Amino acid sequence: MRGEDASQAMTRRELLRLIGLSAGGAAMYAAMDRLGFARASPYQGAPALQGAPRGSSVLILGAGLAGMVAAYELRAAGYQVQVLEYNARPGGRNWTLRGGDTYTELGGFTQHCQFERGLYINPGPWRIPYHHRGLLDYCKKLDIPLEPFVQVNYNAYLHSAKAFGGKPQRFRAINADYRGHIAELLAKASQQGKLDAQVTQEDQAVLLDSLRQWGALNENYAYAADPRTSNRRGYDKEPGGGLSARPLDSQPLQLHDVLSSQLWSGLTDGENYEFQTTLFQPVGGMGRIGEAFGRQLDGLIRYHAKVTAIHQDAHGVIVSYEDARHAGDTQTAHADWCICTIPLSILSQIPINVSAPMAAAIGAVPYAASVKVGLQFKRRFWEEDEAIYGGITLTDLPINTISYPSCDFNRNGKGVLLGAYLYGLDAYQFTAMPPEERIRRAVEYGSQIHPQYKQEFENGVAVAWHRAPFTLGCFATWTDELRAQHYDNLCRIDGRIALAGEHASYLPAWQEGAVTSALDAVTRLHQRVMAGGTA
Amino acid sequence: MKRLLFIPLLWLAGASFAAAQSSDHALYTYDSINHANGDAIFHAICQGCHMPDAKGASGAGSYPALANNPRLASPQYMAAVILFGRHDMPSFVERPPDRKNFFKDTMLTDAQIADVVNYVRSHFGNHYSNSITAADVAAMHPHTMVAGHP
Repeated sequence: MRGEDASQAMTRRELLRLIGLSAGGAAMYAAMDRLGFARASPYQGAPALQGAPRGSSVLILGAGLAGMVAAYELRAAGYQVQVLEYNARPGGRNWTLRGGDTYTELGGFTQHCQFERGLYINPGPWRIPYHHRGLLDYCKKLDIPLEPFVQVNYNAYLHSAKAFGGKPQRFRAINADYRGHIAELLAKASQQGKLDAQVTQEDQAVLLDSLRQWGALNENYAYAADPRTSNRRGYDKEPGGGLSARPLDSQPLQLHDVLSSQLWSGLTDGENYEFQTTLFQPVGGMGRIGEAFGRQLDGLIRYHAKVTAIHQDAHGVIVSYEDARHAGDTQTAHADWCICTIPLSILSQIPINVSAPMAAAIGAVPYAASVKVGLQFKRRFWEEDEAIYGGITLTDLPINTISYPSCDFNRNGKGVLLGAYLYGLDAYQFTAMPPEERIRRAVEYGSQIHPQYKQEFENGVAVAWHRAPFTLGCFATWTDELRAQHYDNLCRIDGRIALAGEHASYLPAWQEGAVTSALDAVTRLHQRVMAGGTA
Repeated sequence: MKRLLFIPLLWLAGASFAAAQSSDHALYTYDSINHANGDAIFHAICQGCHMPDAKGASGAGSYPALANNPRLASPQYMAAVILFGRHDMPSFVERPPDRKNFFKDTMLTDAQIADVVNYVRSHFGNHYSNSITAADVAAMHPHTMVAGHP
């Protein structure tokens, strides 16, 4: 629609209305889709493949979300499906660590998760945006209960060790003050005639009205302490009931202090498409999705299978693998076709006879470092002491993020929060530490924001994705240049082999990328089979 | 611990550190990392994948050992891998920031890359007598190769 002239848009709209009148909603949607409207998501609904030739088979490598979506749909289409998975569990990066779980990372560092029953951490993906329709659809099909994931919490903190004496500031105060001061500045500019060249008098009158509302300005278009601003940024003493209930207004921070604190840089995360309300999480942990898929595909997944070679020829695909627990005897699996979802970090090390352009693509994409630390505390002090229910505190300390659980609100007893979520150089450095040092440091840094940490901390787990034996990294870090050179070559079916996974998507690190890439790959593969059946 | 060696360096590096609260060394920032020497870089970054003893590790895929690895015979090869990355390993070459990424790339100077190459090639049981200089690394950048001068 952008850049289109109004008369043409009207014509199209009129056309759509007529189609809608004569043919009903589905036809109208299809027409809108062809005309480029209504493209909310690359997900167009499950493909409903059918009619696979009798006896035709597909071997799927990897039982993460991409592999299991592929297996689910291809089985439904009538293919004989088997899946090889390195881990002892389904899910891949869709994974929840709970009390009693043991995790051994590369280098042999083993952690025994000590969380109380019912408490968990998601080392990988942990939130589902409302527009990730493919993943949401599978959650519905697999009967996985969802609950809201709180992204923005106005009562959580923005924190800088270098601002306000290291004292964390409430999100709502920084938000109100940053916005209020900007509104006041713009109102002044308008009143002084400095916008006259750009904005008509009529529009400036409306602008002033809107600035007063947007910034909580007073009748003189000033941002100052009064009930209006307290209603945004919070009170020194909250209104209550009874004799001593009169509220006390709070004093806004100075513009200079807000700007120089850099805390404004934490205000907009929740305005990005990926983090806009509403987000979800599966009740009981993100790993519930992988676990449910695993049950659906019971008997089809061979666990502990470490793929060592992938070979295709005129007759089919042969994959060599060995037992991941004790190297030795090589076994082989055969099929007519192969969907390979092995992360490029690992696939780039496995002999595979694909075209030179696909091989180059497989070897071209670096994997990001990321570390998450889950911490269990004796009590939910963030709720009890600080009235923080879910949401995220951002800090310039290396831990970057503290996220409070979006479940079990207002309960007594222990709680687990995400005590660190690191990227970049901080993640490299945390990866280089033994797990117990990552946890110790997460507690230490976090105690600068929540002094209760030192008293209440019980135990933790730390997952550094570069040390995850089944991925060797967090996600594929594409650049524009890499995509231009390699992305299409990576996604194109090569003979009998198609690749899928978040690395074969424009949604890096998101589960929806894995889901939609798998659906795209199986659809194209099925079309190829139905069109002729040979590679 | 070798790691303790670079605490004094960190204090010299300046005021941008969060106050140290314990005996742990402070972490590098994107600014201070460029004051780290080869020893410190290995223990802050490289050992995450190549392991503290430089022996690498193996799961569904592997991280190569930097100890007893014949490929280390060429310091240029090692420098090229650090400069430009290889397969899943990220590049550490100094370059304009990619603003589309939500995290910053970590970059090392040519002198640091030379220093970490020399450190690894003279530790972990490696006893290579030759070394590489910052100028050697600088000459490996594509633009300097095209321009013909460092």
